[in-house]
Amino acid sequence: MPNDPPWRLDIRPAGEDGLEINLGGRWCLNAQLPACDVLTAELGGRIRRVGIAAVGLTEWDSGLLAFLCGALRVCAERDIAADTAGLPSGAQRLIAMALAVPEQKVPGRDTAPPSLSARVGMATVEFLRDGPQMLHFLGEITQSLVRLAGGRARFRARDLWLEIEEVGPRALPIVAVISFLVGLILAYLGADQLRLVGAQIFIADLVAIGMVREVGALMTGIIIAGRTGAAFAAQLGTMQVNEEIDAYKTLGISPVDFLVLPRILALMLMVPLLTLYSGIIGILAGLLVSVTIFHVGVFEYYAETLRALELKHFLVGLSKGSVYGAMIAFAGCLRGMHCGRSAEAVGRAATSAVVTAILLITVAASIMTIVYYQLGI
Amino acid sequence: MPPVEVRDLAIGYGDFVVQRNLNFVVNKGDIFVIMGGNGCGKTTLMRALVGLQRPLQGSVLFGGEDFWGAPEEERQRLNRRLGVLFQVGALWSSLTLAENVALPLSEYTALTQARIAEVVSFKLALVGLAGFEEFYPAELSGGMKKRAGVARALALDPDILVIDEPSSGLDPLTARRLDELIVDLRDALGTTIVVVTHDLASILSIGDNSIFLDSEAHTMISTGNPQQALISAHPKVRHFLTRGTG
Ligand SMILES: Nc1ncnc2c1ncn2[C@@H]1O[C@H](COP(=O)(O)OP(=O)(O)O)[C@@H](O)[C@H]1O
Ligand SMILES: [Mg+2]
Repeated sequence: MPNDPPWRLDIRPAGEDGLEINLGGRWCLNAQLPACDVLTAELGGRIRRVGIAAVGLTEWDSGLLAFLCGALRVCAERDIAADTAGLPSGAQRLIAMALAVPEQKVPGRDTAPPSLSARVGMATVEFLRDGPQMLHFLGEITQSLVRLAGGRARFRARDLWLEIEEVGPRALPIVAVISFLVGLILAYLGADQLRLVGAQIFIADLVAIGMVREVGALMTGIIIAGRTGAAFAAQLGTMQVNEEIDAYKTLGISPVDFLVLPRILALMLMVPLLTLYSGIIGILAGLLVSVTIFHVGVFEYYAETLRALELKHFLVGLSKGSVYGAMIAFAGCLRGMHCGRSAEAVGRAATSAVVTAILLITVAASIMTIVYYQLGI
Repeated sequence: MPPVEVRDLAIGYGDFVVQRNLNFVVNKGDIFVIMGGNGCGKTTLMRALVGLQRPLQGSVLFGGEDFWGAPEEERQRLNRRLGVLFQVGALWSSLTLAENVALPLSEYTALTQARIAEVVSFKLALVGLAGFEEFYPAELSGGMKKRAGVARALALDPDILVIDEPSSGLDPLTARRLDELIVDLRDALGTTIVVVTHDLASILSIGDNSIFLDSEAHTMISTGNPQQALISAHPKVRHFLTRGTG
């Protein structure tokens, strides 16, 4: 019959308390072998001796061994004498090797997936832990900044330059594209409303103040969070996996000084500059839309922009950029430094860095907007 | 047909030829040692043998079939007959030990999950790691990682096992036990084993046959049983095998 399995398993009682097992045919992984339980089920009751033979065994591999080892472990646990002398000598040796080291009973390893309530609980605990962890990290950074001010913090200037280059020049194209399009959208949005009262010229005010004060910093912040915040988390996370961060610690070099400070400084320096750049690109986009679509004169637009832009708007934009930069670097470094020891953990750290950075940026943006409004700036 | 044969092989990076004119045959069931000092190109040769790095010239034959001359699917099929243990274990860090060993099985065999679990337990038991199924690689010591790497390399019952620096990073006793494991596996399974190493104790105790790569000549300067190489070979090889005292 073609559907018969190629292997044969005969289990016969032998005497009062014995069992004779014979394995025949092909016992290979690809031969649809039976589960171990077939054998272990027979090992109960009064069985004290098991003899295993291999009469007519034509071919075997790990399949045979995996099948027997499960049963032989049970034999060992129940003090049943097992005789494997009838097996091929290679198989005997491998079985002996596999059984030589007793199975480790490792305590407290729960492999069952946690229940819904357990997951909710764990997520809550994790969320609550996040706050103190952030505060702790913030404290470490503050100490490190104090050391820096006292001239005692050590990091390589080259690292700072590398980060500055990475966040600065290399981010210019993407910031330009996004800012241009956002400027365009702002101009259209304003024009639609202002046309009703015949005041298209005020597109210039809207775009200039909007871009320089708020939108430039926000857009730059979000771009840099995705681009650089994630990269920081991945870099530091990989260092954590390779024990590089531990290596700094054992040498008495503070990883916060050495790795986190240059990144925070780089972002606090560069994000405001990018914000300014973003604002200028946005204004150019507004100019283009006003002149070509809404027939505002180039010089009129220019003059109106200059009139609208006061120094305070620039200062607000720059201060926001700087704060967002610090938030992004903080989130990226925080997630990287607390990364687990696996490739998956590095991925999670990068994702979490972006989410945290955007959350922090949004919260900071709201607070700063309210405070500046109250102060009348 | 010998399981592995290397003909006129040259390996390197771009214009930098690390080793050239390599010719050797690995016989079935042998433990074949590729030895040489640091930086002589052992790892590079191993990468050419296991299909990770195309040689600059020459051919690698498995059972008479030219590996690098074969089309992609053919190469993948040949690759499955090889088990590889990397220098630092290279276990997949986000998978448990059981999942590490199970992955090749679930990719390339039609076994059910329950059967795979049995085979995985057996392979882990074979390397002395019974009960560590649910551990992640980061939770293991260096020696345990190496042994877990062996279990993964053995997952598909390979004909040929290639091992890079089994003893690096292990204490002498643990290294010795890993050597014994290698010999036991060869004796029991008849697996052909290629070991890349500079560890004298293992070269002399487990090697049936060997080649010595020299970093100055950029080629192999000795072949044969390492014990015999001790007395008869090139002075440089003797120098190496006696730690510079002979
Ligand atoms: N990716 C690479 N690119 C260029 N050269 C390399 C690369 N990897 C290794 N080498 C060089 O190849 C030579 C052999 O290296 P390797 O095979 O790792 O030596 P071994 O394993 O014997 O210590 C060394 O000189 C090394 O500098
Ligand atoms: Mg190497």
